[in-house]
Amino acid sequence: MVNCLMKEQVPVIFGYPGATIAPFYDALASSGIRHILTRTEQGAGHAASGYARITGRPGVCVATSGPGATNMFTAIATAYSDSIPLVAITGQVATYQLGRDVFQEVDTTGAAEPFTKYSYLVKSADDLARVFKEAFYIASTGRKGPVLIDVPVDVQKQLADFNYPDRTSIRGYKPTYDGHPLQIKKAADAIRRAKKPLICCGGGLLSSGSEVLVRRFCEAAKLPCVSTMMGIGAISPNHPLYFGMLGQSGVHTANTAVGESDLLILLGARVGDRAFTRPSSLESEATIIHIDIDTAEIGKNMGTTIPIVGDLYRVLEQLEQKNLQGTWDEWLGYLGALREEDKGSRPVNAQTVDPNALVRLLCRYLPENSVYVADVGQNQIWSARNYSIDGRFLTTGGMGTMGYSIPAAIGAKLASKDKTVAAVCGDGAFQMSMNELATMRQHDAPVKIVVMRNGKLGMVREIQQSSYGGREIAVDLTGSPDLSLIAQAYGIPYALVNDMDNAEKIIGGMLNADGACLIECLIDPKEGTIWKT
Amino acid sequence: MENIILSVLVENRSGVLSRTAGLFARRGFNIEGLSVGETEDPSVSRMTIVVKGDEWVVEQVCKQLNKQIDVIKVKKLDESLSTRRELALIKVKADPKIRGEIIDITTIMKSNIVDLSPTSLTVEICDRPERVELLQKLLEPYGILEMARAGMVAIQKGDGALGY
Repeated sequence: MVNCLMKEQVPVIFGYPGATIAPFYDALASSGIRHILTRTEQGAGHAASGYARITGRPGVCVATSGPGATNMFTAIATAYSDSIPLVAITGQVATYQLGRDVFQEVDTTGAAEPFTKYSYLVKSADDLARVFKEAFYIASTGRKGPVLIDVPVDVQKQLADFNYPDRTSIRGYKPTYDGHPLQIKKAADAIRRAKKPLICCGGGLLSSGSEVLVRRFCEAAKLPCVSTMMGIGAISPNHPLYFGMLGQSGVHTANTAVGESDLLILLGARVGDRAFTRPSSLESEATIIHIDIDTAEIGKNMGTTIPIVGDLYRVLEQLEQKNLQGTWDEWLGYLGALREEDKGSRPVNAQTVDPNALVRLLCRYLPENSVYVADVGQNQIWSARNYSIDGRFLTTGGMGTMGYSIPAAIGAKLASKDKTVAAVCGDGAFQMSMNELATMRQHDAPVKIVVMRNGKLGMVREIQQSSYGGREIAVDLTGSPDLSLIAQAYGIPYALVNDMDNAEKIIGGMLNADGACLIECLIDPKEGTIWKT
Repeated sequence: MENIILSVLVENRSGVLSRTAGLFARRGFNIEGLSVGETEDPSVSRMTIVVKGDEWVVEQVCKQLNKQIDVIKVKKLDESLSTRRELALIKVKADPKIRGEIIDITTIMKSNIVDLSPTSLTVEICDRPERVELLQKLLEPYGILEMARAGMVAIQKGDGALGY
């Protein structure tokens, strides 16, 4: 198993050992592979996810059987919903014990089936090389995603000859890479004819490494862009052709653009329900071009006029050859004016820490190329709307898993030693994953942690306010620890920000200094994410 | 909403049936019938799945099935261009006095009697689904004691074959 990882050139894995994965760990000890011990298996999975998103290669996470595997499920499901490549290795009870409810036994492959791209229960060591080769191939191609390899402990101890296959071929799995030339032509024609075209950037652009290409393409064709939450960063947020995030929590300009566009070009976006709240009315109002590597996503939530199945990078190259030139200056002018209006309409409350202003402030002091990892909840929305550096924006869009930011940031930091990595979360999510501060310290992966503390589970509270007559229940975080003492306990510099004046001074200092830090920002619980426009 | 017949070639491995059934349950597709067995190639099994749904359902079912790593090929079979068979074993109450009537019915319907007791007989029919339905309806008045019906098996007419 370790030899397989070395053949796949995996330098780092994230895991948590146990009885049924002990033989693997024993072999690992004498290999050159670096093992990052997290403080829970969920953290290992999220860290592998953050690592994978920066390197573009599958992240590897390891756990033992039973509770080790089940703890990792949340992280695997999170990666599945955002199409992040992961290879999850789990120990399993011995083959002759399977199905007898022995100690730490769970039907791992059965339970994980709904949220893995594929899974293997390896019954013989002779199968291991082929399984690993296939697993890495499946995880990292087509629509990327997690693949699980479950290895019973007796199989780990078997002797076998090691022969790693040069290549693999799976007859039921043949992803399409090149877009059909006829569809490309149709799309190009539609763009030429359009009066108000709009590009919608999805997570697929980042997954396929198409950032440089899509920027060049949009600039040449003068195509305006909006993005889903997962597509943030594909186009620089400060680019003149970028008009913000669309959707339920999106900005007014972006949603207006989508509503008035006559040609919507979806690039690697799956028409998620948070991004597209009324797909059926959209499909009747505009021509839709949907470009995605997963044909099952085209037509699933919204009908498509011109479907193009293929790898975004290849398809964009094909479209670039059509030399499209924009003829919609009026449309661009209109969107630009809306964008200016939006910017001006946000009064900043200086008496408290205004969360929108806070994110913009963080972005002013974070170097370009930084990695900004957003958690889930109100803080995620404030982060998504105000993110303004040309770096990487990582978050869980599909599953919205609280506690993602800190471990994912650790994984991202280990993949990019020279970049600044920030994790921004609420006080609820912080308490879900603060155990990973030890991982950060043990493995020298310093992250700038910013906690937006309002003493509540803010997003749920907001939902209770708007949809449940203001009847608050189970959203109060009284009893939370003193974060300055937590920071001290983990040996990290700490600062408290309680209004916009000291925000400016403190954040600059903390972000410019080397190393980890914990910045606690006091947010008024009454701050909301639903803007009146 | 109509019944669609899908002929699906899959890897002959453990877990494939469970994965497919799981996929249908998860996405809310209605399986009206399912049968699976080895093909002329022992590494490949064929599933014949009958799904109830509209155009969107059919497109999504085919796409989601194709996405599965273990699924090699999916083909929608046209009712008029395929040979479809269902097998049913029907146990009917059969008093010696009226046994003759029942035997008449089974003979006309080209089905076989495969078991007999003083008070019952078991009919075996392997035919198009409509004819299986008809036989069941004709036997109902006599009192059906129990019935076992297998999922549909189907294959294209002519010399074409599902390639992979």
